Amino acid sequence: MLLSELAMGASATVIEVKDSVTDDRIAQRLRDLGFVAGEPVRLVARGPLGADPLLVQIGYTRFALRRAEAARVTITTEAAP
Amino acid sequence: MNAVAAPLRMDASRDHTHLHVALVGNPNCGKTALFNLLTGTRQKVANYAGVTIERKEGHYTAPSGRSVRVLDLPGAYSLAATSPDEAITRDVVTGQHAQEAAPDLIVCVADATNLRLHLRFVLEIARLGRPMLLALNMMDAARRRGIRIDTAALAQKLGMPVVETIAVKHGGANALIAQIDDAPPTHPYPQPATPSADLHAEVRSILAATVSVPRRTAAIDDAIDRVVLHPVLGLAILAIVMFLIFQAVFSWATPLHDGIDEGMQAAGAWIGNALPDGALRSLLTDGVFAGLGTVLAFLPQILILFLFILCLEESGYLPRAAFLLDRMMLSAGLTGRSFIPLLSSFACAIPGIMATRSIPDPRDRLTTILIAPLMTCSARLPVYALLIAAFIPQRTVLGVFNLQGIVLFTLYIGGIVSALLVAWVIKRLRRDKSEHALMMELPSYRMPHPRDIAIGLYERGMIFVKRVGGIILALTVLLWFLSSFPAPPAGASEPAIHYSLAGMIGRGLHTVFAPLGFNWQICIALVPGLAAREVAVSSLATVYALAGNEDGLQAVVAAQWSLATALSLLAWYVFAPMCISTLATVKRETGSMRNVLVLAGYLFGLAYLASLATYQIAKALGA
Repeated sequence: MLLSELAMGASATVIEVKDSVTDDRIAQRLRDLGFVAGEPVRLVARGPLGADPLLVQIGYTRFALRRAEAARVTITTEAAP
Repeated sequence: MNAVAAPLRMDASRDHTHLHVALVGNPNCGKTALFNLLTGTRQKVANYAGVTIERKEGHYTAPSGRSVRVLDLPGAYSLAATSPDEAITRDVVTGQHAQEAAPDLIVCVADATNLRLHLRFVLEIARLGRPMLLALNMMDAARRRGIRIDTAALAQKLGMPVVETIAVKHGGANALIAQIDDAPPTHPYPQPATPSADLHAEVRSILAATVSVPRRTAAIDDAIDRVVLHPVLGLAILAIVMFLIFQAVFSWATPLHDGIDEGMQAAGAWIGNALPDGALRSLLTDGVFAGLGTVLAFLPQILILFLFILCLEESGYLPRAAFLLDRMMLSAGLTGRSFIPLLSSFACAIPGIMATRSIPDPRDRLTTILIAPLMTCSARLPVYALLIAAFIPQRTVLGVFNLQGIVLFTLYIGGIVSALLVAWVIKRLRRDKSEHALMMELPSYRMPHPRDIAIGLYERGMIFVKRVGGIILALTVLLWFLSSFPAPPAGASEPAIHYSLAGMIGRGLHTVFAPLGFNWQICIALVPGLAAREVAVSSLATVYALAGNEDGLQAVVAAQWSLATALSLLAWYVFAPMCISTLATVKRETGSMRNVLVLAGYLFGLAYLASLATYQIAKALGA
C-alpha cells in the first residue's frame, strides 16, 4: 500500500520510494530524508482540510508531506514493529 | 574579476593567523544559534552575489590569539540540492562556489536528539574528504531525554573529531573553540558519492554501536502537537495567535508610528525655523525630514512583526501553522508559509514582503510577494475614511449592519478575492509548472533564546533602514522636488502645487484618467501620493487650498464630486499601485527590477480596469 493510504496513528515499514517522473527530485529528497527500505514510519497527524498534508514520523523526525508526496512511498503494514 | 581575486584568496588561506571555518548542517540543527554564540555581534549580513540568499559571516578571536572567520551556510538536508539555498551550501563545501573560497575547516553541526537524520548529511560531506569536524549540538536536550552518546566511539567510527556543544548556554561552545584552535584539521578519506540507502544503512549501524535512545520523540512534543495540530483546537489556537499578531502590528505599532512621524516633523520644523524661508528650508522639512519620517515610521511595525515571527520560528510553531494552513493556501497556488506574510500585509505590505523570507521555495515566495500589496494596508484607511464619510450615508441595513461598515468590509474582501485570483493566474502563467514539494520538518519545540531573537531583530531593522530606507528617502526628495518646482508665478490664483511639475504631470494624467471619472485635482494628488498612500489625502487638501483642514475637505469633496467618481477612486485604492516604499522593498527582496515592473504594471492595470468599470457602471445607473 501507499504511505498516503496509511490510517491515522498506524505504523508501517517502508518498502521503497518510486519516482513519479524521470529523475524525480522529490523522490530523491524523500530517500535522503530517510524513506528507505526497512525504515519504520507512523502517521501522527493530518491537516484539518481534506486530511492533507500528512504528518509522518520517521526516525526521530516528523515531516509534513502533501498527499502527492506521500503517494510516492510504498509501505507494508505487516512486520511493522 | 575572479582571476584577479583568486590569488588573493590563496594568500589569505596560507596566512596561518586567519582560519576560515564554515558551519554546515541540516535545518533546525541549531547552527545559527551556535554561530551567534561564537561570533556575538561581530556579524556581517549580506547577500550572495546575484541571489537574495543571506550570507552571514562573523569572526571571533581564539584563545591562541588567532582570528577565526566563521561562515554560517544555509541549512541543507543533502548535497543533492533542491533549492537555491542548498545549492550555495553544496557549492561552498565542495569548493565550487565562484566567489567563496573553500573553507579551511568544515564544522558539521548535528542535533544530538536527531542524529538518525543529521548523521546521513555528515557522512555525505565526509565523502568529500575535506578537513572537518562534527559538533553535536543541543547536548542539553539530549541529556534531558536520556539519550546517551559515546562521543569517543562516534569520533572513531566517523574518522573525525567530535565535540559536544550547547548553543543556548553561555560557554556552550568552548569545546568547539578549543578543538578548532588546538587540533590540526583532519581529513577523512575521500570516497565516491554513495546512494542514500547505503548512507542510511551506515548511519543505522553507527547509531546502533554508539548511541542509546530511550524514546524516539520527546514526550512533551507529542503532547503539544496533539493539541496544536488538532483539526479544531489547533485551528482555534492558530486563529488566536494570528489575531494577536494582527492586533500588535496594526494597533500597538500605531502610537510608535505616529510618534516617530510627529517627532520627525517637529525636528524638521525646528531645523526649518533656523533657516530663512525658501527652497532649502522646504527641502529639509518637506523633503528630507518627511522622507526620514516615512522610513523610520515603518520600523515599529517591522520590529513588532518580526519579534512575533522570530519567536514563532525559533519555538517551532511556525512550521505547525504552515501545516494547518497548507491545503487552504495550496488551492490558490500558494503554500502554508504564505499566510503570515499576507496577514501582516493588512497592516503594511513592507513588513509583509520582508516576512516572505520565511518561505524557502523561491517560486512560492515570489507569488506571495506579488500578491501581498493587494491586502488592504492601513495606509489606505485615511482615503477610505474620507470617501466613505463623504458619500456613503449612515444608514442601517437589515436591522443590524451599518452601510458604511459594509462598504469598508467590501473593499477589504475585494482585495482578498483579487489576491486569490491573481495568485491563480500566476499559477497558470508561470513557466515552471512542476510540482513543488512541501516536505517540511516539524522540529522539536524549543524555548526561543533572547540573544538569537535580539540579533534577528537587529538584522531585520538594519536591512530595512540601510537597504530600503535609502531608496525611499531619495524618492521622497524627488517627489518633493516635483511638487515644489517651478514656483507659482506672481499673482497666481491657484495653490502652488498647481504650477509645479507634479501639477503639470497631474493635469497631463487627467486625459488618461478622465474615463475613470477622476478630475484634475485627484490626478495631481495622486503624484505626491506615490510617497505613501495616505499622503494622497493631505495632497488633495493642498490642491483644494485647504491644507490642514481635512474636515473641510470632506465637505468640499461631497459637494463637488459625483458618487460615481468617489466609488471609482475607492476601487482604484483597492489595487493602488502607487506606493514607492513597497516597490523599493520588492526590488530589494527579489533583487529584480523585472519583478517590480510586473508588480506595478499588473496593479496599475487592475486598478484602471476596476475604476473604469466602477465609474461607467455607476454613471449608467445614474450615480
